[in-house]
Amino acid sequence: MQVEVRGITKCFGAVRANDNISFTVPSSSIEGILGENGAGKSTLMKILSGFYSSDSGDIILDGEKVTIDDPADAIRQGIGMLHQDPLDFPPFKVIDDFILGKKGGLIPNRRAAIREFNELATRFDFSIDPESYVDTLTVGERQQLEILRLLWLGSRVLILDEPTTGISLPQKEKLFATLKKLASEGMTVLFVSHKLEDVEALCNRATVLRQGRLVGTVEPPFDTKVLVEMMFGKEIPQEPKTQLRMGTTVLHAKHVELEGIRIQIKNIDLRVRAGEVIGVAGMEGSGQILFLSACAGLAQPVKGSICLDEDEKDMTGKTYHEFRKKGVVYLPAARLEQALIPGLSLTEHFILSEGMKGLFIDRKKSEELAKSRISLFNIKGRPDSPVESLSGGNQQRALLALMRDPLKLILIEHPTRGLDVESTIYIWGKLKERCARGTAIVFISSDLHEILKYSDRVLVFFAGRVTPPLRASTLTVERLGRLIGGKDWDSIETEVSHA
Amino acid sequence: MNSSALVTSIAGVLAAAAPVLFAVIGETISERAGVLNLSMNGMILLSAMGSFAVALATNSVVLGFLAGAAIGALVSLVVTFASLTLLQSQVAVGFVLAQLCRDLSYFLGNPIMGKVGPRISQVPIPGLERIPVLGTILFRQDVMTYLSFILIVAAWFFIFRTRPGLTLRGVGERPAAAYIRGANVNRLRYLYAAIGGAIAGLAGPIYSLSIKAGWKGTISGLDGIGWIVLSITIFGGWKPFRAAFGAYLFAFLQWLGLVLQPSLPSVPSQVLQVAPFPLMILTLLFVNIGNAEWVDRSLARLPENVRRDIVRVLRAMNATPPAALGVPFEKE
Ligand SMILES: Nc1ncnc2c1ncn2[C@@H]1O[C@H](COP(=O)(O)OP(=O)(O)OP(=O)(O)O)[C@@H](O)[C@H]1O
Ligand SMILES: [Mg+2]
Repeated sequence: MQVEVRGITKCFGAVRANDNISFTVPSSSIEGILGENGAGKSTLMKILSGFYSSDSGDIILDGEKVTIDDPADAIRQGIGMLHQDPLDFPPFKVIDDFILGKKGGLIPNRRAAIREFNELATRFDFSIDPESYVDTLTVGERQQLEILRLLWLGSRVLILDEPTTGISLPQKEKLFATLKKLASEGMTVLFVSHKLEDVEALCNRATVLRQGRLVGTVEPPFDTKVLVEMMFGKEIPQEPKTQLRMGTTVLHAKHVELEGIRIQIKNIDLRVRAGEVIGVAGMEGSGQILFLSACAGLAQPVKGSICLDEDEKDMTGKTYHEFRKKGVVYLPAARLEQALIPGLSLTEHFILSEGMKGLFIDRKKSEELAKSRISLFNIKGRPDSPVESLSGGNQQRALLALMRDPLKLILIEHPTRGLDVESTIYIWGKLKERCARGTAIVFISSDLHEILKYSDRVLVFFAGRVTPPLRASTLTVERLGRLIGGKDWDSIETEVSHA
Repeated sequence: MNSSALVTSIAGVLAAAAPVLFAVIGETISERAGVLNLSMNGMILLSAMGSFAVALATNSVVLGFLAGAAIGALVSLVVTFASLTLLQSQVAVGFVLAQLCRDLSYFLGNPIMGKVGPRISQVPIPGLERIPVLGTILFRQDVMTYLSFILIVAAWFFIFRTRPGLTLRGVGERPAAAYIRGANVNRLRYLYAAIGGAIAGLAGPIYSLSIKAGWKGTISGLDGIGWIVLSITIFGGWKPFRAAFGAYLFAFLQWLGLVLQPSLPSVPSQVLQVAPFPLMILTLLFVNIGNAEWVDRSLARLPENVRRDIVRVLRAMNATPPAALGVPFEKE
């Protein structure tokens, strides 16, 4: 189905999220939608999928002007959207999530639905058990489930909002294969991303937005430099990798054994030193989060111990509060659920995190603090913006801006998930600044480039096993990819590095 | 106690649990949609009084029951309107309504205090009532007790087996996800709050037209039931069968209090009367203890097999509320 938007404008208060945007996407093609954080990509896609209504402008499907009342109406007209954060039902069974929203009789025919689910899944080579629960799936599988559901409902246009931010490399390859197959069968795909390499690998064309406006449309062969300039209005220099000297021990995990709901990890041994960056890689759900939680007192090892500082003070069994007092912070990936408080403004967040003294809030002082942090971290938002109104990338900046100084150890899940190139470089610049002052960082990422680029040493998790720390300089993306998939593990023993 | 007395007592417990059951299932349906109706305690009193008044005036128990359901639905709709349309706190509005309805029932019920009115009686089911033991327990009850049995199964079937039931669960779990699947979230919340309120509202007439027939104002002994209903809804994990178990457990504890009274003369009778209430709260604590961080902390150091078993038990008991319970839904 051919999709055309003409003069779409949408404002949120004073913010022009979309400003007179027009373009056409032919059927059977994959269109990349690029733009920096806050450029208005999600807003435009939500208008197309009926989530928001535009202030002005038209949507034209196959040459015919349509109005889209709500998301269900969009699906009736063939437009399905996969949201940045999959809108599914975590505690439900996969098949129930699949059925919900499908019209039909009083009692759904589960057997038939399961059969059709399996048929669709086989067609795209997905393996999801329809009787399992949604919250046991990885983000990648939840996306797959959502794609299957949208296809089942007869979508002819598929919108994906940053689908590659939370998934592993093999899952990404599978996703791309699926999208290409769908496009070849007549599907129109709108693919929103920050990642130039993804757009270059997948898309037939790329449309770039900046500050709510359409900058232009580019055909392959893509030139990364040109795309970056269109996205940011300037060139973004890549920073050279710097080597820092490592200091004293900050954290020592001794023969730690962990048990999660579905996972058991044996014998993790890691010594983290001041100023060091450790990257943690692995398929989602391989125990990386459990390990990081244990390092912050948020999960309990069943064997072994967690020690802090040069004198190796045993902290096993202590609470996160006590870890925090020793200068350890944990930043989870679920920003709005676990780390930020929806409804509170940026200023209020700064007040909370700074732990300002006294009973009354010094409005003026805290607003100044908020203002200075906002400009320091380049957050697109005002001191009184509620955090949930920030774009995904800006929420992440806010989270980082909230961290206290100085810290001994930062444990962080997906530090740049959802961030554009400029912000990624920016955020890592900020993190590395802290390293230079002696803070150690342990981070989880599904972006292998990020792991290799920023860490000194790397841990790889696979099916309850963990590699010893590997020097990042001895790894390549390909090798890391194989390790994450459980291959090449025999070769590691011979080249263990001792920092 | 001989065996026939025991059988009669069990039958009595089932009947005494009927109003609690109606209220708990009604609240379960409403909470499944995301509407927390805290007014339950006052609402039961008001519907008990109102339905008795209607039955007295019209000499019709059927109209009495209908009035009870209507009062339940109405009170529930007030909470829903305040929360979904006026965007006020469900907890605050529900709590105020609980007090208001209670006082209103005492005040408005003054003229009918102590009057004798119509009531429903037992309707033994021919044939089935003759089955030994079971016949007495299950088939020599009144209509509402029979209906309470059916209600458990029907509510379970609706919530977990039908398409609208699935949507109902979705609306309370993640309204945004239900919305993109075509559910009109707020309309459904109004609908299920009204239906749940009506079902819960039947608890009133079951008391005033059957179990504790009549209206006796402040000494009716109904004050407090509604709060227990709310805790049983949590105990029941928003699942009809488990909720029914909670309701029967509560009725059983109350009965136990009565039975034990003569053999424990040193214990003041009030203690035995209120004992079921703290006991229910204790069970509630037990249900959710697995979520506590300190439990996690202490478990981690236990031997492996012991830990596994405890974790399994805790997980089986644990109940998670509908994620969007009490949270209003806005599209943008
Ligand atoms: N519901 C909302 N209320 C107020 N402002 C909003 C809302 N949604 C988006 N905005 C603002 O509109 C602008 C565009 O946001 P949008 O989410 O479309 O950006 P994006 O391109 O998807 O960014 P990202 O890459 O960070 O996800 C931002 O400035 C954002 O703060
Ligand atoms: Mg976005």
